[in-house]
Amino acid sequence: MMQSSRRNFLKIAGLSAVGISGAKPVLDAFAAEGHGDERTEFEIRKNEKALTAQQWGMVIDTRKFESAADLEPLIEACHSLHNVPHIDENKVRHEVKWIWEDEYKHVFPTLAGKFVDERTEHLPFLALCNHCENPPCVRACPTKATFKREDGIVLMDFHRCIGCRFCMAACPYGSRSFNFKDPRPFIKERNPEFPTRMKGVVEKCNFCAERLAVGKKPACVEASNGAIAFGDMNDPESEVRELLKSNYTIRRKKGLGTEPAVYYIV
Amino acid sequence: MANNKMYDKGKIVAGLVIFAVMITFPFWFNLGKAAPAPELKLTEKAKAAKECVLEKAEMKAGHMQLLDIWREKVVREGSREYVNTKGKTYQMSLSKTCLDCHSNKAEFCDRCHDYASVNPYCWDCHIDNPKEKK
Repeated sequence: MMQSSRRNFLKIAGLSAVGISGAKPVLDAFAAEGHGDERTEFEIRKNEKALTAQQWGMVIDTRKFESAADLEPLIEACHSLHNVPHIDENKVRHEVKWIWEDEYKHVFPTLAGKFVDERTEHLPFLALCNHCENPPCVRACPTKATFKREDGIVLMDFHRCIGCRFCMAACPYGSRSFNFKDPRPFIKERNPEFPTRMKGVVEKCNFCAERLAVGKKPACVEASNGAIAFGDMNDPESEVRELLKSNYTIRRKKGLGTEPAVYYIV
Repeated sequence: MANNKMYDKGKIVAGLVIFAVMITFPFWFNLGKAAPAPELKLTEKAKAAKECVLEKAEMKAGHMQLLDIWREKVVREGSREYVNTKGKTYQMSLSKTCLDCHSNKAEFCDRCHDYASVNPYCWDCHIDNPKEKK
């Protein structure tokens, strides 16, 4: 019988270690077997034409709109593209909207004085999600269904939304709507290129993320005949930054610190 | 002397037999009637394409995982193109890619889903037949 001593133990341990490392190619082959043949990996990529930015932003030149009717085509372009349901006017509490028109005192309650000049008072203002740099809705969402994308867009993953509506309470701009009913019967003409929503999820403007992905600007920008500029807020050379340099602009409820990315030239 | 007589023997035995028959009823009633695996119908377009995004077996077993990856990448990252191992590029879209070929949801998707008793809610939002104008 071999006497068990420290010396013998170390010998065997050493030999075993060599043996295991020598067997590595064999083990690798076993491990690889489950994964099948020599297939290369798949690849997931962005479209080459995709537009990118650090923080997408918008400058709306309100001087170029005279009446609410001027905004109608922009709203229609957005809502028909994204299958936003048009719920009966008498049921305002069920209303779903991504972009809408409102008056100065409602869009800028913190700026509107007691007395407002006549032009501003009756000017139609376009309101939409501000894609804030510091979005309170994202902090409120318990499931991370709402998140801030790398390019600054505050986006929703409808798959993940549980309909708790915390985001609606958190958003100071009323940019979010809840689907109290199945929206499908209220969509006049369904755009097959874009999904609809289901009952029980929140929805809002997505800055046309699906259009940016294929190199197109948002639908409202395209329909505005140049009244809305769209670009990267972090690029000093961008069209939006040029406009901000040369015009006096205002933002909605700036004092809340959400840093809205939608500016208004008045 | 012990009394091993069973009282009401006839009734008890008859009751036991009835009980046994009833409790095994589902088994022998359905004997040999297992629902056959559904037969899927391919559209002409799908037949012509011959191959899907992945191998047929992989698609059969793992299309839900693939779709899960797709939705994550499209929604969260904005990456919308998928290049498969054969180098072919697909747009990652349920409506625009999958249902473009498999436009017969009732004969393709539903048959298996019904058989397996799964109720995916994809079509609550995604339009099931993008070609049909609605």
